[in-house]
Amino acid sequence: MSVTRERSGALDVARIRADFPVLERTVGDKPLVYLDSAATSQKPRQVIEAEADFYAHHNANAHRGIYLLAEEATAMYEEARAKLARFIGAPDPACVVFTRGTTESVNLVAYAWARRELREGDEILLTEMEHHSNIVPWQLAARDTGAILRYIPLTDDGLLDLSDLGSLLTERTKLLAVTGMSNSLGTLPPIRELTRAAHAVGALVLVDGAQLVPHVPVDVTELDCDFLTISGHKMLGPTASGGLYAKRELLERMDAFLGGGHMIDEVFHDHATWNVVPYKFEAGTMNIAQEVALGAAIDYLEALGMDNVRAHEIELTGYALERLREVGARIFGPLDPGIRGGAISFWYKDVHPHDLATILNEEGIAIRAGHHCTQLVMRRYGVPATARASFYVYNTVEEVDALVEALAKAEAVFGV
Amino acid sequence: MALDDIYKEVILDHYKNPRNKREMPEATLRCSRNNPLCGDEITVFVLTEGEKVQEVAFLGQGCSISQSSASMMTEAVSGRPLEEVHRLIREFRGMMAGDVDPSEEELGDLVALRGVVKYPIRIKCAVLAWDVLQEALEGGTGEATGARPH
Repeated sequence: MSVTRERSGALDVARIRADFPVLERTVGDKPLVYLDSAATSQKPRQVIEAEADFYAHHNANAHRGIYLLAEEATAMYEEARAKLARFIGAPDPACVVFTRGTTESVNLVAYAWARRELREGDEILLTEMEHHSNIVPWQLAARDTGAILRYIPLTDDGLLDLSDLGSLLTERTKLLAVTGMSNSLGTLPPIRELTRAAHAVGALVLVDGAQLVPHVPVDVTELDCDFLTISGHKMLGPTASGGLYAKRELLERMDAFLGGGHMIDEVFHDHATWNVVPYKFEAGTMNIAQEVALGAAIDYLEALGMDNVRAHEIELTGYALERLREVGARIFGPLDPGIRGGAISFWYKDVHPHDLATILNEEGIAIRAGHHCTQLVMRRYGVPATARASFYVYNTVEEVDALVEALAKAEAVFGV
Repeated sequence: MALDDIYKEVILDHYKNPRNKREMPEATLRCSRNNPLCGDEITVFVLTEGEKVQEVAFLGQGCSISQSSASMMTEAVSGRPLEEVHRLIREFRGMMAGDVDPSEEELGDLVALRGVVKYPIRIKCAVLAWDVLQEALEGGTGEATGARPH
């Protein structure tokens, strides 16, 4: 396979690919086929250049200096916040706190909200398809507050089993923390329905947007979630970029998270007062260049149009599911591309995912093998690990073909 | 790199027909560990008698490299004096670190795993059973610490 000529219905993929320098490289003598965007996305030239431009021409600490460079750095940092707020439909940039990504965002809520608000016997409702980063922070918060964790179970075909929701979501539930899109099953849970049900019993809702925000148009006002976590590096931005959206009144009421410079209003010998929202949560020098470059990633995605991004991925995911099933792969997760995203977990015959990934690597194909930080999902379906292929704006139908063809190699090595 | 550097016949044979893969109730030492990267699990059972490792068995699930390494390890160390077992562990680790040229006489089938050195991320798979064996010999059970609310 060489350079693709593919143009999907929704996106001009050949033109998009030309923006991603890494897609020009080879693995051994094979062109790189990158099918691990659920772990981290590749970066277009525009994002790489935005970060370099910040350091080359505008580098100074934000919200500190009086000189021109510092003014520019501050303006660029705040412009990125405004872009991110607009991208997710937040009513006000002050509702967006910059963080290093979803893990830090969940931990922020678990410290600054949960430890202040939860009492013994209160319940946090999770789902069995959560990433460890949306489980472990709640276990730690529960340990410190006496709160109890409960889980929405999964159906055999990778959906949330909501048949018993009434007994799981009660007036004891103070928070429902749920993924917007499962990173191992691809499932898109019915967030609006869940939010309505949670609010009806007085619980808040945190949506883990690590996989949702990069791939699906998101409007927090429409979803009516109370918290949304955002990972920049999964949406074409740099690593350690991202944020937390929260309703403003919640941010006002929450405790501070990390203590340090800039998050304070005044410091005395024995206490301090906090800066205004969102700065109250941004202690120390932030990842300024990375958030600025995340702004460039958002520009890039908005130019493509998130509806087109979603349509392209539905097309690719549908094709991949069909081809994988044809050759006898076992799929974990829903089979209808309309209710799922483009992260496809599978087993191919009896080849262990780790062995499969090594064999595919010889063909230049990068997939993920492992538990994907979702051990509850692995246990639910009785496997130690799965192979996972995941797609983004630069992936093509030809790359899906390359994946399926390379599976035959695994068959040859293992004689299955 | 070629796939037959890593997927040698002897490795695939131990993977498909693992030796000494069974529970050993009479074991004097047992230790369980997993590889958090991939979820592979190994439990190693050791029957010691004085300064001798009489017999080693294992249970587990995982990729061909972790499971074949465990299988070959049980054959290599059973019936050996403790001191020799420790030397083998050092030799195997040295081979996987790429700084010991392995002796076939000493390691037997295990030399087949030397190709894994070219796949750095898979070295952990090959070494997993050996980590567990060493921990067992040091009296460890593999129990981890962690957060357990209620």
